[in-house]
Amino acid sequence: MFPSRIWREMPQRYRLEAAVCKKCGKRYYPPRLVCAECGGRQFDTYVLPEEGKLLTFTVIRTPASQFSDLAPYAMGIIKFDDGLQMMGQIADCDIDKLKIGQKMRLEFRKIQTDDTHGVLSYAYKFIPKWY
Amino acid sequence: MRDVAVVGIGIMKWGELWRKSFRDIFTEAALNALDDAGLDKIDSLIVGCMSGGLFVGQEHVGAILADYIGQKNIPAARVESACASGGLAFRQAYIEVASGMSDIVMAGGVEKMTDVSGDGATYALATAADQDYEVFHGVTFPGLYAMMARAYMKKYKTTRKQLSAVPVKAHKNGSMNPFAQYPFPIKLEDVANGVKVADPLHILDCSPITDGAAAAILTTVDIAKKMKKPYVRITGTGMATDTIALPQRESLTWLKSTELAGKRALKMAGRKITDMDMVEVHDCFSIAEIIVTESLGIFKKGEGAKAAARGVTALDGKIPVNPSGGLKSKGHPVGATGIGQVVEIVKQLRGDAENGRQIKGNPKVGMTQNMGGSGASAVVHILEVA
Ligand SMILES: [Zn+2]
Repeated sequence: MFPSRIWREMPQRYRLEAAVCKKCGKRYYPPRLVCAECGGRQFDTYVLPEEGKLLTFTVIRTPASQFSDLAPYAMGIIKFDDGLQMMGQIADCDIDKLKIGQKMRLEFRKIQTDDTHGVLSYAYKFIPKWY
Repeated sequence: MRDVAVVGIGIMKWGELWRKSFRDIFTEAALNALDDAGLDKIDSLIVGCMSGGLFVGQEHVGAILADYIGQKNIPAARVESACASGGLAFRQAYIEVASGMSDIVMAGGVEKMTDVSGDGATYALATAADQDYEVFHGVTFPGLYAMMARAYMKKYKTTRKQLSAVPVKAHKNGSMNPFAQYPFPIKLEDVANGVKVADPLHILDCSPITDGAAAAILTTVDIAKKMKKPYVRITGTGMATDTIALPQRESLTWLKSTELAGKRALKMAGRKITDMDMVEVHDCFSIAEIIVTESLGIFKKGEGAKAAARGVTALDGKIPVNPSGGLKSKGHPVGATGIGQVVEIVKQLRGDAENGRQIKGNPKVGMTQNMGGSGASAVVHILEVA
């Protein structure tokens, strides 16, 4: 992955910036240029909560090559109190004990290393709350 | 708009075809379709191919295939909508004939998936998901459907056995299909005992990696009548899209694009879902067939898995689903899958399905539902006897 591709996503991946439509209040992660609900083009930036609830999850056992060292690893979709949902890896967990509805906290983690350019890319992972 | 018919279909034996190239497998299917129609010339080619670039390093697919099937210099285009590329090619060919732009159009589909490693195929298929906000984090295609399966099974208290009924039924049908990649029956316990790919999905919940191609020849009903060949009418086409990223959907247990594409096709045909004598749906994973049959309105919410386990979708059931063996047993060469579905419905409507796979009682109306990614694209067609 070319460095610019990772660099330009930093606001949402590092700082967890989301967007809320000024016209209708619909929230977006990642941010967009136009609201899919009302067509509004002006947004306020806000920072996502650090905690969400696990909606569903899986354990990836046959990943793409850049994740093969990690397998098996859990991934899930969490929902924040404000209604937004996002997908990510679930780290520091016993994959046999995950449950729908569990509270998850977001932590800043390394996601992958690019083989060609050697670029490390970072973002959030979900950590079950009692760990 | 002009009334449109299918006057020829062509398929070939799908599988891991190491001796055959990308261009050769498509040519084989295309020539079979031309022979079936009794034609040697077409006006235009539309071909569905998800990722010639990643699977065989070949883009510019329309031109190379038009030349190799013996139709040099005709207009030819490749269309892409992930795993719904074949269904999309059929829809675009329909539009081209209906509009009056061309009289005879070939709708083709092709994918050559085994010239790359399993890792390479996983990577290529994952490009149908949100690259920056799903794939970046390490998700795979089985992983996306596994998340839907987990949510569905919890919500409706689905059992492992109910889920397994879908691939067992697929393989039973596919065992009668001479063109299927895996034409053999499997048992419920084979599914549960298979290696896990992405929990709760095991290997036999997943459609395979396949090399394959298929083609259909479309023309107007008026021309079809003059050709004095058996033909099938296309009475409805519907397409819809949804958010590409699964977390952005309203529901993880519903496929809105399939619901809308189905409604649009039915409205155009002036039909109800209960009019269908059989359907070919996109069972890329066991859970996909279940949610698709509900989203099309064949079953109520939460009833799809139970209906499959009760045999309602079997070949002799109330509504046969995937008489061909589906993506699971027939194979899933992504760009060709949508055309493969059309081939099966045309065979069933002509009474030509092989080896005891023919649905009893002279079926008159059938539906195809082809889907891309985790459901961000859906294409539905209604086909009826002449
Ligand atoms: Zn808005």
